Amino acid sequence: MTSQVSSEAGEALVGEQRNAPATAQNGTEKEVRRLDRVIIRFAGDSGDGMQLTGDRFTSETASFGNDLSTLPNFPAEIRAPAGTLPGVSSFQLHFADHDILTPGDAPNVLVAMNPAALKANIGDVPRGGEIIVNTDEFAKRAMAKVGYATSPLEDGSLDGYRVHPVPLTTLTVEALKDFGLSRKEAERSKNMFALGLLSWMYHRPTEGTEAFLRRKFAKKPEIAEANVAAFRAGWNFGETTEDFAVSYEVAPATRSFPAGTYRNISGNLALSYGLVAASRQADLPLYLGSYPITPASDILHELSRHKNFGVRTFQAEDEIAGIGAALGAAFGGSLAVTTTSGPGVALKSETIGLAVSLELPLLIVDIQRGGPSTGLPTKTEQADLLQAMYGRNGEAPVPVVAPRTPADCFDAALEAARIALTYRTPVFLLSDGYLANGSEPWRIPEVDDLPDLRTRFAGGPNHTLDDGTEVFWPYKRDPHTLARPWAVPGTPGLEHRIGGIEKQDGTGNISYDPANHDFMVRTRQAKVDGIDVPDVEVDDPDGARTLVLGWGSTYGPITAAVRRVRREGGAVAQAHLRHLNPFPKNLGEVLKRYEKVVVPEMNLGQLATLVRAKYLVDARSHTQVNGMPFKAEQLAAVLKEAIDA
Amino acid sequence: MPESTESLLSLVPKAEAVQSMKDFKSDQEVRWCPGCGDYAVLAAVQGFMPELGLAKENIVFVSGIGCSSRFPYYMNTYGMHSIHGRAPAIATGLATSRRDLSVWVVTGDGDALSIGGNHLIHALRRNVNLKILLFNNRIYGLTKGQYSPTSEVGKITKSTPMGSLDAPFNPVSLALGAEATFVARTVDSDRKHLTEVLRQAAEHNGTALVEIYQNCNIFNDGAFEVLKDKDQAKEAVIRLEHGQPIRFGADLGQGVVRDPATGDLQVVPVTPENESRILVHDAHSASPTTAFALSRLADPDTLHRTPIGVFRSVERPVYDTLMAEQLDSAVERYGKGDLGQLLTGNDTWTVVG
Repeated sequence: MTSQVSSEAGEALVGEQRNAPATAQNGTEKEVRRLDRVIIRFAGDSGDGMQLTGDRFTSETASFGNDLSTLPNFPAEIRAPAGTLPGVSSFQLHFADHDILTPGDAPNVLVAMNPAALKANIGDVPRGGEIIVNTDEFAKRAMAKVGYATSPLEDGSLDGYRVHPVPLTTLTVEALKDFGLSRKEAERSKNMFALGLLSWMYHRPTEGTEAFLRRKFAKKPEIAEANVAAFRAGWNFGETTEDFAVSYEVAPATRSFPAGTYRNISGNLALSYGLVAASRQADLPLYLGSYPITPASDILHELSRHKNFGVRTFQAEDEIAGIGAALGAAFGGSLAVTTTSGPGVALKSETIGLAVSLELPLLIVDIQRGGPSTGLPTKTEQADLLQAMYGRNGEAPVPVVAPRTPADCFDAALEAARIALTYRTPVFLLSDGYLANGSEPWRIPEVDDLPDLRTRFAGGPNHTLDDGTEVFWPYKRDPHTLARPWAVPGTPGLEHRIGGIEKQDGTGNISYDPANHDFMVRTRQAKVDGIDVPDVEVDDPDGARTLVLGWGSTYGPITAAVRRVRREGGAVAQAHLRHLNPFPKNLGEVLKRYEKVVVPEMNLGQLATLVRAKYLVDARSHTQVNGMPFKAEQLAAVLKEAIDA
Repeated sequence: MPESTESLLSLVPKAEAVQSMKDFKSDQEVRWCPGCGDYAVLAAVQGFMPELGLAKENIVFVSGIGCSSRFPYYMNTYGMHSIHGRAPAIATGLATSRRDLSVWVVTGDGDALSIGGNHLIHALRRNVNLKILLFNNRIYGLTKGQYSPTSEVGKITKSTPMGSLDAPFNPVSLALGAEATFVARTVDSDRKHLTEVLRQAAEHNGTALVEIYQNCNIFNDGAFEVLKDKDQAKEAVIRLEHGQPIRFGADLGQGVVRDPATGDLQVVPVTPENESRILVHDAHSASPTTAFALSRLADPDTLHRTPIGVFRSVERPVYDTLMAEQLDSAVERYGKGDLGQLLTGNDTWTVVG
């Protein structure tokens, strides 16, 4: 059977069995098949531990050496009503023996812990896919709750799928009967039973999970051992039950990875590490002023654990105070950061304007989520681009940098810090919920290879008056970067006052002079326009006439779609932007080289609006705002249509 | 000995030479309205600063928006004129990241109590090492004369032609309710008193809130006249001095006693019989209850029986100190951070080329 794998194109023919069955069926040994890639989705109640299950399977898969990409998907409510459709939490994992770019369009395997999980996810599973259901939860009432009049396990509605009915709860409770736990406590380990079963099916290493469980429940050893027992019971169940006749191997993706040491990393963790690294490389203390908000809070949590790196984290009374404290720390000479999501950016806007006027380095990390207003707190979107570009009073240009994958959040944070420190300006770092929570393998960089971000504080007078007096002018600029000096309090002789009122060029004194204001507005703009950013690279092996242009987290799905189109003989060029402000200097020339430009975005066409306005190109927008990343198959169809049109 | 009982001023470098008032005047022309009470406060602060003897490059004034918030431009120290209401937040970032600085916030009744109310109360409860000078003129001056959150009820202004409707804040009561460790009130025209209060505020470890009654001679002239006019002031002003009985009026004939039935404070004529019951002011009392009761003595409309001086001055751990100590103890516990180790983590695999 080749239906283990859906039709998303990889380098190899997808679903191909690379080898004949590795083990003959001789009655005692089960058949093992080789696959090049698999997409699994764990789904259950938000209290069922599906995120943990997914995380563990991911760690096992990472340590095995597969390439992988994950998509956690959970409700905004902490414990949504049990057994309901809105309460379903899921975790999708795509892993392969070659390099992959997305968490996959459609799962080959769905683990459904209850009727709600089945109902909410079955539409995404192609016919022929495998479904493992926890039959214990399919009582009449539970099914009625989600609108099943008859049992989908018996009424034929799952015909065409390969259904494995497993009484997961009963088996778990049975396996733990000697632990002296209450039934309720024992039932809680059913996710580990499911994990054990799936770990058997896909030949995952198990030591990591057992060690993890013993670490996690170090203070409750009996709970730790119960979870280990449930995990092993799940594994043994797979090995002994006839219903599971086949297990699968997905070889490590050794050939597609450059040599090095790897770990699995999520976007928010990579971003946090990027900030700590930037602080070290700049030799400046890191100061985070922040207010908790989904999906950015993980960065506050993570950085608060690294006080031994000299990291100060300040949980403020509100979003405004978060950025205010950061700006105050920047004035004092820290590498200052504020982290938030779209609604928080709205509140911080006035302070960002002040930072533009003060010309101090400041990182504003926006982990975008569905909007407007509270919107979809746990879902992804890219709709804050124009807010980052223009969401302030007056002409207040701010550089914008966007990471493209979870691991890339590390490099993007260093790049944002470089721009902020070199040009003495606030910088937006636009990640999103998909990158924040998704994960992938990361080649751990050598610390010695990280960029040098050291900068100089002003140390003495920088200007000579006509009468020969040496003075310090806080707004006398570097002729190349147009950056003003960073003179931190505590430096003798450089006492100066700065503020949000327009300043006289050079002296920084209050000035309402019309010509001076005109000059200062244009100079602040020129400083940002002149930021040195690398040219955008174009991947165009076939001399295509159509270019697909993306930014941020759409990199994975767009690249997967481009590969698919090319495999089918289509010619399409691809470019992906890290720098949204300023744009790379060669972008206009690149755009003009192509007859057609397609811009896929998870908003209503914000980048398309910018490039149309700036370069007068007839960019075609392709948009999706359903809170989920693009599916490669659908994007490929859009690209093909554009090529053929 | 825990650091919090030492003066945090000792962390700020001292000036090498003797300073004078002139050293603290910037080269900028002062642009308040002629006759504004702000001039007197500026002069008092510039006159007081040399007494502290701190290196002036280690002094920072941060302000918000409003007439008084122009203050930093006139001080020859480091300074930031920020945005409306946010000075305490910005100053918090500066003070918590740079304990070698003496950080002062200059704000007004609109800036601190209306648009910036949230930041003020949170700075106070955290006890960040900031000195907050709240210029209260009970009016919006810079926007030309609307009522403020400290204006008396029924105030006729441009935005309230039929009188304002909202009850005012009493900044001292508010600060005490927000867990402030140092709360004082003084008056712009009383240079000596103002300087003495500044001295105590500067020496306080943690947030010091100083409310300064300040006359706006353009939009609210004479708002504090009852406290300044020699004859009226005798009956209107209650001078609080730590360790002294709380008495005021002609021949100190009035005194504050506690009503044994309600526990509240009341003003009574002092007699030989009740003299021993006159309340002795204790600014260092652990409980803020009596300080709060004192803050309620004044009539918000007429300002009669307005206490001035230091209501409360107590020691409580300072946020900046605690934050620094956590950083130190993290290094003690885990060693100085090693970036390579952090990036590597616990779960890795190796790909051989």
